[in-house]
Amino acid sequence: MSSGTPTPNASGFFAKHHILEKNPILLVIAILIVVSIGGIVQIVPLFYLQSTVEKVDGMRPYTPLELAGRNIYVREGCYLCHSQMIRSLRDEVERYGHYSLAAESMYDHPFQWGSKRNGPDLARVGLKYTDSWQVAHLKDPRSVVPQSIMPTYAFLADAPLDSREIADYMRASRNVGVPYTDEMIADADADLKTQLNPDSPDAAAFQKRYPKAQLRKFDAESAGVTEADAMVAYLQMLGTLVDFNIYVDKANLR
Amino acid sequence: MQAVTTGKSMRGGEIGLIAVLAIMALGCLYIAARTIEPAFAFHMALAVVASAAGIFAIFQRYSVRPAGSPPLEIDGKPNYNFGPVKFTTLAALFWGVAGMAVGIYIAFELAFPWLNIAPWFNFGRLRPLHTSAVIFAFGGNVLLATSFYVVQRTCRARLVGDLAPWFVVLGYNFFIVIAGTGYLLGITQGKEYAEPEWYSDLWLTIVWVVYLLVFLGTLMRRKEPHIYVANWFYLAFILTIAMLHIGNNASLPISLLSSKSVIVWGGVQDAMFQWWYGHNAVGFFLTAGFLAIMYYFVPKRAERPVYSYRLSIIHFWALIFLYIWAGPHHLHYTALPDWAQTLGMTFSIMLWMPSWGGMINGLLTLSGAWDKLRTDPVLRMLVVSVAFYGMSTFEGPVMSIKTVNSLSHYTDWTIGHVHSGALGWVAYVSFGALYCLVPWLWNKRDLYSIRLVNWHFWISTLGIVLYITSMWVSGILQGLMWRSYTPQGYLEYSFIETVAAMHPFYIIRALGGVLFIAGYLLMVYNVWMTIRVGEEAAASAQPSLQPAE
Repeated sequence: MSSGTPTPNASGFFAKHHILEKNPILLVIAILIVVSIGGIVQIVPLFYLQSTVEKVDGMRPYTPLELAGRNIYVREGCYLCHSQMIRSLRDEVERYGHYSLAAESMYDHPFQWGSKRNGPDLARVGLKYTDSWQVAHLKDPRSVVPQSIMPTYAFLADAPLDSREIADYMRASRNVGVPYTDEMIADADADLKTQLNPDSPDAAAFQKRYPKAQLRKFDAESAGVTEADAMVAYLQMLGTLVDFNIYVDKANLR
Repeated sequence: MQAVTTGKSMRGGEIGLIAVLAIMALGCLYIAARTIEPAFAFHMALAVVASAAGIFAIFQRYSVRPAGSPPLEIDGKPNYNFGPVKFTTLAALFWGVAGMAVGIYIAFELAFPWLNIAPWFNFGRLRPLHTSAVIFAFGGNVLLATSFYVVQRTCRARLVGDLAPWFVVLGYNFFIVIAGTGYLLGITQGKEYAEPEWYSDLWLTIVWVVYLLVFLGTLMRRKEPHIYVANWFYLAFILTIAMLHIGNNASLPISLLSSKSVIVWGGVQDAMFQWWYGHNAVGFFLTAGFLAIMYYFVPKRAERPVYSYRLSIIHFWALIFLYIWAGPHHLHYTALPDWAQTLGMTFSIMLWMPSWGGMINGLLTLSGAWDKLRTDPVLRMLVVSVAFYGMSTFEGPVMSIKTVNSLSHYTDWTIGHVHSGALGWVAYVSFGALYCLVPWLWNKRDLYSIRLVNWHFWISTLGIVLYITSMWVSGILQGLMWRSYTPQGYLEYSFIETVAAMHPFYIIRALGGVLFIAGYLLMVYNVWMTIRVGEEAAASAQPSLQPAE
């Protein structure tokens, strides 16, 4: 094929390009250098620039029950229709609340900011609706929002929560930087049940480990620990950890 | 003529691969027996079966193959290895039907939510199945097929490796099966376009490294002095996808016996990694790889040389340098620091230039052959794909501007934009390439029916138009409704009102998808008939390549 044939009088820069065209290894090296630069410049500073993640009071790792709920959220692909990232735009702040801070997702592995809103943003959905509304909505979204296009998640209320791997999950999270203590990991299974039972003798200790954690049976209708319990526990805590009455924007100008 | 079997022995590669597969089968068997997750056990069992099938296939092949290695040349002509190319061509056709059908289903789910059948066929589980099936299964197999074809042809050399090319194509398709069934069963790591869990990611990494070695080895074996431009793009695609895949999927399994893992990166850093990956999956998988296709198949079909050699050099290096920076435009006005957002926007706008450099190089290759567009619908498909490429690479930079993005982000405009690239550019250039490839591979004089290609072209073009326009309208409409205020200064619409307003456009979009797959099915039929009843090509019909330079 004659296409791509270098012109005979190719000179200077284009003549030098022949070196790459004749040497696959050099071409590989050149490509790797060229495609690495952008990522290095954009990603590496995010790990050391102090201003990347604000200093905020109130953030803590997820409780075992919330974490189990979050894993169900990921499993069902909720992030494909719901963002968890309120942009710093007037209408978003008025619709959803204070714009999201980087700190609010710093313990999220993976992040769940999302990219599409087939449904509303959920970054601050916690405590916006009652537990029974959330349960009813998961069971049949159109029973409470007639025009909703959300799939039904009735099966969550019937599925017993399998929490056998939650401690492993917390341990792996700690290994990538989430500040779970030995105590939290050791008590994971007990804590998960304690959160559903405010009368438990361990409630005070649990509350101390996880400040602002909400203790109650989230899906009051179901017996035992269900996936709906975990899911609603997760939804009800979203955006509730940072108190924006005392948060100072100016302290974190960047 | 029957080769005598005496002196025949197993090659090192055969023994090695049997050993690897045997170890894999045992390891997966152990995990399948011990894990408490049924879905993970299912996947491990699939891996055991696949490994056993692989070992069986190697023995089967050994029993019928001649003792010696296949010759590199026969009568002075390269003895090309087209088996894996044929396999991936057919695999691409198959996965295309699956991926597009799922796409149409989820499009209808958004219009008619009762179509969601919990839990397997809910939108949240099917959507990754659609995106992975069309991008990685259809697109990936097209890239494998064309790259293995083009690299052999333009190097005039047989593919390196005996079993390696087969390992690549079969291993890749096994990855697809694991990934796709995983989504339905709820196995996902929750990162868009990178949903497969750690074990699938590891497997893909192994397959990809072998892919690189086969491709690179073939380049080194070339009989041509220069590496043809299409191969630069393939090489950039293979290398960069490896880098992105490893960077974005860095994760820690919670246990060897669990399918779940924790991503190493968290929060804002993970967001940056994700869109560094996500945007460059577009840039290197769906652009660089398919530009390689353009650089081989457009000149070939038009029987004209590439318009400008110098332009191809400039646009190649500019494109791969600039693309990597564009990721943060997916994170405008988010908690990502402003400096990163600004960099992302700036480079996205600059990216317009090399993108159009590629488009111009593709379109002007038609110089002196424009008349062929009237008579050859295959060439028309290729050329229209390049035009769509130009359109979506203009729309992209526009949408990356922060003020535009504040309206378009989170809406269907993004979906429309992606599909003008995916349907108009990626799918069309793939269709054009497959229409060329099939007669070449199966040694046919021509396609079964050129008229059907014409029908395919017009039906699917109509589908694309419906798709893109409906998503423009719905996206801009919803974006405007979200930010609409009453004269008193209150938000005018509740969220659900903006959802309800989307209904008619979701139906139109789904119908656009139906038209697109209808055209595609014509192509599948056409290919099938070409292979079955197409007229054999005369021996000399396959044009041999002139050495470059």
